[in-house]
Amino acid sequence: MSAVQETVTEAPAVEAVPKRAMTLGAGSSLVMLALLILVPLFVKNFIIFQLTMLLIYGLAVLALNILTGGSGQFSLGQSAFYAVGAYTSAILIEHVGMNYALTLPIAGVVCFGFGFLFGQPALRLSGVYLALATFALATAMPQLLKLGVFETWTGGVQGLVVTKPDAPFGLPMSQDMWLYYFTLVITVAIYIFSVNLLKSRSGRAFMAIRDNEIAASAMGIDVALYKTLAFGVSAGITGVAGGLGAIAVQFVAPDGYTITLAISLFLGMVVGGVGWLPGSIVGSAFIIFVPNIAEGISKGLSGAVFGVLLFLIIFLVPHGARQIAMIAQQLLGKLKKS
Amino acid sequence: MPVIAHRIAIASAAAFAVLAATASGALAQKKYDTGATDTEIRIGNIMPYSGPASAYGVIGKTEAAYFKKINDAGGINGRKINFISYDDSYSPPKTVEQARKLVESDEVLFIFNPLGTPPNSAIHKYMNSKKVPQLFVATGATKWNDPKDFPWTMGWQPSYQSESRIYAKYLLKEKPAAKIAVLYQNDDYGKDYLKGLKDGLGAKAAAMIIAEESYETTEPTIDNHIVKLKSTGADVFVDITTPKFAAQAIKKVAEIEWKPLHILNNVGASVGSVIKPAGYQNAQDIISAAYLKDVSDPQWDNDPGMKQFLDFLAKDFPEGNKLDGSVIVGYGVAQTLVQVLKQCGDNLTRENIMKQAASLKDFRTEVLLPGIKINTSATNFAPISQLQLQRFKGERWELFGDIISGDVGG
Repeated sequence: MSAVQETVTEAPAVEAVPKRAMTLGAGSSLVMLALLILVPLFVKNFIIFQLTMLLIYGLAVLALNILTGGSGQFSLGQSAFYAVGAYTSAILIEHVGMNYALTLPIAGVVCFGFGFLFGQPALRLSGVYLALATFALATAMPQLLKLGVFETWTGGVQGLVVTKPDAPFGLPMSQDMWLYYFTLVITVAIYIFSVNLLKSRSGRAFMAIRDNEIAASAMGIDVALYKTLAFGVSAGITGVAGGLGAIAVQFVAPDGYTITLAISLFLGMVVGGVGWLPGSIVGSAFIIFVPNIAEGISKGLSGAVFGVLLFLIIFLVPHGARQIAMIAQQLLGKLKKS
Repeated sequence: MPVIAHRIAIASAAAFAVLAATASGALAQKKYDTGATDTEIRIGNIMPYSGPASAYGVIGKTEAAYFKKINDAGGINGRKINFISYDDSYSPPKTVEQARKLVESDEVLFIFNPLGTPPNSAIHKYMNSKKVPQLFVATGATKWNDPKDFPWTMGWQPSYQSESRIYAKYLLKEKPAAKIAVLYQNDDYGKDYLKGLKDGLGAKAAAMIIAEESYETTEPTIDNHIVKLKSTGADVFVDITTPKFAAQAIKKVAEIEWKPLHILNNVGASVGSVIKPAGYQNAQDIISAAYLKDVSDPQWDNDPGMKQFLDFLAKDFPEGNKLDGSVIVGYGVAQTLVQVLKQCGDNLTRENIMKQAASLKDFRTEVLLPGIKINTSATNFAPISQLQLQRFKGERWELFGDIISGDVGG
């Protein structure tokens, strides 16, 4: 069998998600946004911190969703991009003395470049082989951060402590609340950008590649360019999330960005629904809160409980949160008719 | 009967005065911060129950069992300990989340014995800005003894640097012309030890250390590093490895017939989990330093302190493995905390917790080696800073020399 035949007969690794099904209607989006704006006004600082982390991991899951759900490429190496973003921000804030808000676009650009470059060799790989290559990246990253050469900048194994910003202009807000709204604005901006990206020419090219690479190239799409571009965009958004994460947690260390993080993000994407952007926040909630719930059920067996919960979700709703949203929509439709 | 009436009046007035004095005294003494009441002391703890360092999770379980034992016996000054322990999987961002949950949501009085250098570094600043004690952290990094900049954080075990300084002192005295080969784990722990060794050797470090090799915890075996170090012709082997790798190193050194003076760090010096699997005949004359008694060492078989510990294991913590060195650490640190809380009496404010923790005078838990005492002061936040050298003979460690203080800077 020739290589071409093989590619053609191979079942697509990611199922085709139509463009319209990737986002949420305007009404539900506004309700969601209103909730995200109002909730922090009524809860404790600790919960606001958790909500901030929810948004940050949500961004990272969204980035992976663009890559996998959009262009059909797998990555288990998102933790590496997240780490690069986090370290870029932390180093710029602590060593250069830059304003935290300015470090985020830099983190994004650095990671975009890193992801774009990594996408070049990764082009030759697909499916599980690509997943393995990115896996190697995630495993290597914590060790690279420990290297003696970079130690004056990265702080080596001891990590770097980041100062938390106060609310500007003397706003009467706690640090946590300010950081939450700051993160929310960035998250919403990136979400709108992502939705528009997938609706644009480039987005259609991503999806064509995902659905059938050969057909896409026959239609005149520069497969190599768009594949690396998807990697770059995904890495860039992950880098911004990483930078925000460093500011929120106030600390970066190699142990925070191990392969476990990459797998968590992957898990979040699957639970939220591959290719369904709003699901990212659901997936993020899953990876933040479910381990705590599992720990509450049994301390010794928290890993096993987590596994059982995950298994149940994959078994009952294989398409994740998207499936639940669609069922809910159908029910609503029926109610309206009757 | 005016006289009697008068006397009664005086007596009752006196009694009333005494009563009033005690009552107001008690009122003045009972002081609480969030997390402490008349019946309860709420204590937070963070442990890696899952993830790469989950082997240490047993420390948290030992502490929970010990506090339960204390509660069953009536608690401390009539208050029960409510020990809330969370899992952080050894991931610093998760540690921050759990620490904030403990402080802001569970409202604990303080956080006790959180484990690991990266997790503790992540919450170091937070705990100090919130002025909540981060007490007896379970890591040997040197930075926890910094009462001036971080008055709310205190370590417990001897710091890695102070231990390796003791080896440096020993080498300078016994083998001033040594050619030293060092093998260390490539993380904070390994590097801290190495720094202590170099600082201890001082100006001679560059000349004496002829080879440095590091390994990653993910490597299946470190045999190749040992072979390489032998080829440098070193006659002293400083072995900074964790238990699994320490056993491999001892075996390999014997196998390739390298006969250096082998100095093994305390982390990997357990008879039960390192030396026995590596073979007693391979471990003869290895030198190490210790501060705790080793359960698997037969010389403590009839030691009353060890008996108490084994009784605790049998009655209150049957699932604990006595050969696991972490269990005895958890036991010792929990006892130290109970002492601090006893000293606090009815003044359970965060400030007083730190004050009492910094006023331990010659305190001993029975699991410390004879002669080693816990001492702290307002300027010394390193509770245990003494160790004793030991040499492996037959099937046990033989302590030799004096108790040495390895205070960094001293």
